[in-house]
This record gives sequence, structure tokens and C-alpha cells, in this order.
Amino acid sequence: MMDDFIINAIIGGLLVALAAGPLGCFLVWRRMAYFGDTISHSALMGVALGVALGTSHVLTIIVTSLFISLFLLLLERGGKFSSDTLLGILAHAALSVGLILISLQDSFRQDMMFYLIGDILAITPEDIFTLSLMTLGTLIGVAFIWRSLLTITVHEELARVEGENILLTKVIYMSLIAILVALAIKVVGALLITAMMIIPAAAARTMADSPLKMAVISSLLGALSVFLGIFASSQWDVPAGPAIIISATLLFFIGRIISARE
Amino acid sequence: MPPKSPETCLVELCGISKSFASKNIVSNVSFSVHRGQIVTLIGPNGAGKSTVMRLALSLLKPDEGKVIRAKDIVIGYMPQNINIDASLPLSVLEFLNLRPKTTREECKKALDAVGAIHCLLSPIQAVSGGEMQRILLARAIIGKPDLLVLDEPVQGVDINGQESIYRIISDLKDNLNCGVLMISHDLHLVMSGTDHVICLNKHICCSGMPSQIQDAPEYRALLGSAVGKSFSLYKHDHDHHHDTGGNIVKDDHHDG
Repeated sequence: MMDDFIINAIIGGLLVALAAGPLGCFLVWRRMAYFGDTISHSALMGVALGVALGTSHVLTIIVTSLFISLFLLLLERGGKFSSDTLLGILAHAALSVGLILISLQDSFRQDMMFYLIGDILAITPEDIFTLSLMTLGTLIGVAFIWRSLLTITVHEELARVEGENILLTKVIYMSLIAILVALAIKVVGALLITAMMIIPAAAARTMADSPLKMAVISSLLGALSVFLGIFASSQWDVPAGPAIIISATLLFFIGRIISARE
Repeated sequence: MPPKSPETCLVELCGISKSFASKNIVSNVSFSVHRGQIVTLIGPNGAGKSTVMRLALSLLKPDEGKVIRAKDIVIGYMPQNINIDASLPLSVLEFLNLRPKTTREECKKALDAVGAIHCLLSPIQAVSGGEMQRILLARAIIGKPDLLVLDEPVQGVDINGQESIYRIISDLKDNLNCGVLMISHDLHLVMSGTDHVICLNKHICCSGMPSQIQDAPEYRALLGSAVGKSFSLYKHDHDHHHDTGGNIVKDDHHDG
């Protein structure tokens, strides 16, 4: 008989993996892995901000991440710097603000590690309720912008001439990432959220021959990684978040070896 | 709005100027594209051809002047090149199907019309340069456009391939009864059937009708008569030249 907290952990992890699959694929296709990092650093700032304001509500994290993403869109319009540089500036500025806010609050410093690498075994039934809602919302959102975002990924100007609403699609995509990061922070932690999105996606590449299949396989591989990671965690008493990411990485390399042999 | 007639003006640029970072890219450019007409932009690198094209597509806003586009026209745009990350598993069919309001049948038909139906299920990253040009052209013609905007449609294609792509564009123009605005990669050779050539170097240097290539013995000898039918020769008529900074220098006398 499995303990309740293990079951909660597995359900929570699966929900995050499900949403991370398609969103991570777009990060890979759009060469935007660094964007994931920027959002997770912003999320950390959101956590610290929330604690400073006396609320631990997940909305604080989402709003902070969204604010940083919209700021990025605004900066990109200037056109002087590549988005790579802008992401670097925003990511580390947000991280620094977060770290300073944390240093000002003694009681919070001990909990810091949980936000960095996650605390999946502490997931509560209320968390699962929130996670379910947000995963559902994320999947509906992805389905809504799927074709448009794919067209923009292929060629942005062509998409614009063909009548796609570029700004709306990008804002929705960024919002979905912000929501996913906020909900994944408890599962794998701010440091490893990007990995949770891009490693299963990259692992799915060799097994897929269409964008949709790659997104679905990516979710499945993410789910498998959650199982393996939680198993490893309970077996050898190692932190679950990093164990999930190592499992995903192993799946990636196994996939590479199999496809190289074919 | 008058009803659609063969003379309908699809897009008109009136005294357009555009600069980036206080550097003047194009100034005072005016021309129009009508239904059934082929307008070709030529000019050296950095002359502002792509900028003019993007202004005509409303991808850019002009600093001065205005772009008037006929209401409710469908535009088919063929960008110069397309760079899709290898991590995206996308077949040619799915690439074409990304165009809004399209069916797979329409995609297949368009690909067939440009002579690239054999690529239908290939990964988009695996096709050759010439095939890619045809696929991009196929994407542009889905949805029966009123205006085709083609950015260097035969760039990187060998002369026989160019001939064949030009013939396809010419047939498409007749079948769709659309207007065509295209950038040519060559300063002197333009597609046969071009009604109006605009030579651009930050401003319109000269413009006019091309002469049939058959009339120019040196090109006929170079290209062979069969291939030569798809090309026309444009004779420039400048009353000025540009210094290395792109500034206009009035000619005191005509050469030769």
C-alpha cells in the first residue's frame, strides 16, 4: 500500500508533465530554452515577493512572471539587442531582486531550498485541485493557439501576411508558460523547470514525425520521468525533483542511442 | 468600391519614405500593382527592395507617404528563405496546411501546380533549395490570391530551374488573374511577361518596360532560345549614379 503523500506526488507530477509536454516542444522549436529560465527566475522573484507581502498564493508568482514576459515583448520591439541578451538581463535582474527580498526575511531562508529544487512530497490535495485546474487550462490554451503558434514558429512574417494575430498568440503562449512554471515550482523547483519542459520534448523528437505526435510523446515521457524519479527518490532517499530530471535525461540518451543504431 | 475589373488596382504606394535608426532606406517611392500585371523590383544589395516589399505588405509602417491596398484581397506571400529548426518534425504537406482556411486537398493541388508533388511527405528540412522555392510558391498560391508577392523566387536555382519556375508563375498569373509583385535577384534579367520594371537604389532610379530577350542576341546566345523565352532584358536608363555611400551624383554627360 502506497502512502498518501507518494500518491499525491505522483498525481501532481503527472499533471505538470502533461502540461509541460506541448509547451516544452514550442520552447525547443522556437529555440527559446532560455526563455524558460527567465520565467523561472521571475517566478522565484514572485515567490519572494509573495512572502514579503504575506501571501503564498500562486497568483503572485504568475503575475510576476507575466509582468516580466510582457516587459520582454516590449523590449524586443526596440530591436537593438537579440532576445538572447534581453532574456539574460531580465532573468538575472529578476533573480537578484528575488534573492535580495529573500535575504531580508530570516524565517524564509530555510525554505529557499524547496523553491529551488521543489518539494513534490509535500503536495497536498488542495495543491492537486489547483494543479488540475491549471493543467486543464494550459492544455485548452495550447490547443487554442496551436496552429497559429506553429505558423509563427515557422515564419513570423509569413504568418502575419496570412492574417495571424502574432501579438495575441505570443501573449497567450507566454502566459501559459508563466502558469506552468508557477504550478511546477513545487514539483521540480525553479532551477529545474526549464529542464522539465525541454528534456522530454527533445527526447520525443526522434520518436515523432509530426508536431502533434511530438507534443503527445513529450507529455508521456515527462510522465514516465515523474514515475521513475519518484521511485528513485523513495528507494534511495534522494530529492525527487532532480531525480525526475535525471530520469528524463536518461530517456533522452536512450532515445538517441536507439535512433543512432537504426 | 467599383466591382472587380481587370484594371483593379491591388496595391498602391504613394511617396513612401522609410528610415531605420535615422538611416534613410528608401525615399519617395511610388508605384502600383494592378490585377493581371507583373511588376518587378530590381536593384543592388542594400537598395531597399525588401523594405519596399515589406511596406507594400504592411509589415512595416512608412515614415512618410501611404500604402493603399484594395479591400478584401487575398495576398500570397513567398518569403526569400525560411529557416525551420531541425527539432520540428514537419512534413511539406503539414507546412502547407499551416496556411489558414486550407484543406489537405488544396495543399496537394498547389504543390502539384508548382511541380513539387513528389515532396509531399518529405520533412521540410530535407528538401533541396529549388524544391523549397517551389514549396514556398505553393504556400503562396493556396487560397487563390489576388496579389502574389514574391521575394526573389528563383534565388539559388539553376538557370533551367529558373526557367521552369518563371513559367509556373506566368501560368499561375493567368489562371488566378492576379497581380504579381516580385523582387528579381538579377539586375538585368527579369521574368518574361513583366509589365513594369522598377530599378531601385534607395529611390526609384528608373522604370519602364523590359525588352524581349529574343531581341538581344548576346543573351539569346548565352541562354539558348528555349530558356530565353522565360526571361526579358531590362535596359537601364539612368541620368545619375550613386557614390559608394549611396548618395545621388548627377551625370554631366552620358556614357558611350
